[in-house]
Amino acid sequence: MSDIEIKDNPDIKSELQTPPEPGYSEWRKDENTLYNDGLPEEEKDWFCDARPQKARKSVQVIENFLNWARSQSLWILAFGTGCGAIELRPLVTSRYDISRLGMQPRPTPRQANLIMIGGYVSIKTLKRIVRSYEQMQGPKFVVAVCSCAINGGMYWDSYNTVKRIDEYIPVDVYVTGCMPRPEAVLAGFNKLKELIKAGKAEGQNLYIERFDWYKENQKKVIKDWNMPDYNW
Amino acid sequence: METLYKELKQYFDVDEFSVQKASLAFLRVPKSQLVSLLTHMKDIRGYTHLVMVTCVDYLEQDSFLLTYLLHNYSTHCDLGIQVSISRQNPVMDGIHHLWEQGRVYQRELFEMFGIDFPGSPDVHEPMILEGWQGPPPMRRDFDTKAYSEATYSHRPRDHKEPEEYMKQQLYPED
Repeated sequence: MSDIEIKDNPDIKSELQTPPEPGYSEWRKDENTLYNDGLPEEEKDWFCDARPQKARKSVQVIENFLNWARSQSLWILAFGTGCGAIELRPLVTSRYDISRLGMQPRPTPRQANLIMIGGYVSIKTLKRIVRSYEQMQGPKFVVAVCSCAINGGMYWDSYNTVKRIDEYIPVDVYVTGCMPRPEAVLAGFNKLKELIKAGKAEGQNLYIERFDWYKENQKKVIKDWNMPDYNW
Repeated sequence: METLYKELKQYFDVDEFSVQKASLAFLRVPKSQLVSLLTHMKDIRGYTHLVMVTCVDYLEQDSFLLTYLLHNYSTHCDLGIQVSISRQNPVMDGIHHLWEQGRVYQRELFEMFGIDFPGSPDVHEPMILEGWQGPPPMRRDFDTKAYSEATYSHRPRDHKEPEEYMKQQLYPED
């Protein structure tokens, strides 16, 4: 019965027959929107296409206080890509106990502000890393552990491992070693805290500032780019 | 294992039998008889467990050597069944109807060596190498170093000789 009513009602009929809107990518192009070229046309409406903006800074005194507060609550997204992820277990347990530094591991990117890359990064993983990093709440920081994340390490001639993670996401602190001891990772975290307190851990703003460069590098190696340009 | 080989010899053209140890042996079978031999081993001989399917690229002989490793739970014996296929036309019959997990190995072999298994589910879907556009990377004529240098940017190396460097660090006045 209801089907017949819709068909007979001229208003609804005319509404159904309106031509579809012009292609999404045609009318949403300006400097503050992203193209999202990797997505199919029907999925472009599902994702936000706004370009990320740099964080605004307040008065220096307040900023110092905020930086101190940020350095005291680093919540880790442990992206265990390689053997370096093993080192997070002794760090969390009672012997090294990073809870006393205000740090704790979190299960999702939305709850974390420090992503820890734990080893070599393959192309498939890089896609997930970029996605996780962009989904994290700002201000966010990156610590790359192990020599594989720095220069490829033993995968220096591998066909599927990126050699420099800092060309794809901004890295604040590197921890060398294959693998580094928990003390070394702890020293890296302390170094990151110093950088944050000094206001020098500006990786997020750097990422937004050089956004096109980072995206170009990412898309050069991730051939099947099927996600939005920025994962809000 | 020798008695098993003699019994199999009556039904199949198996050869190049080699015993590695008391519970491990390998034999070679022609490509056309592989699936029937595997079915025979699984249904009659009790080799019910497919341990792995792996491949070796013999570039000089222009062939791939596939090894199907089977395990017998009652005798605790392993038998590797090897089949050599042409490198020019790498197509092989699937074994996913015998062991369901065989399709994972077949996907991997297609991705890494380019060996096609017609009819195997999802065999052409990317498994590990998402968006891979180059040649199959585990083939020996694929130059992984050249590909890596062409595709990725390498960090320039700041090389210091360890001995000299530590001397300067520890004893700068010498």
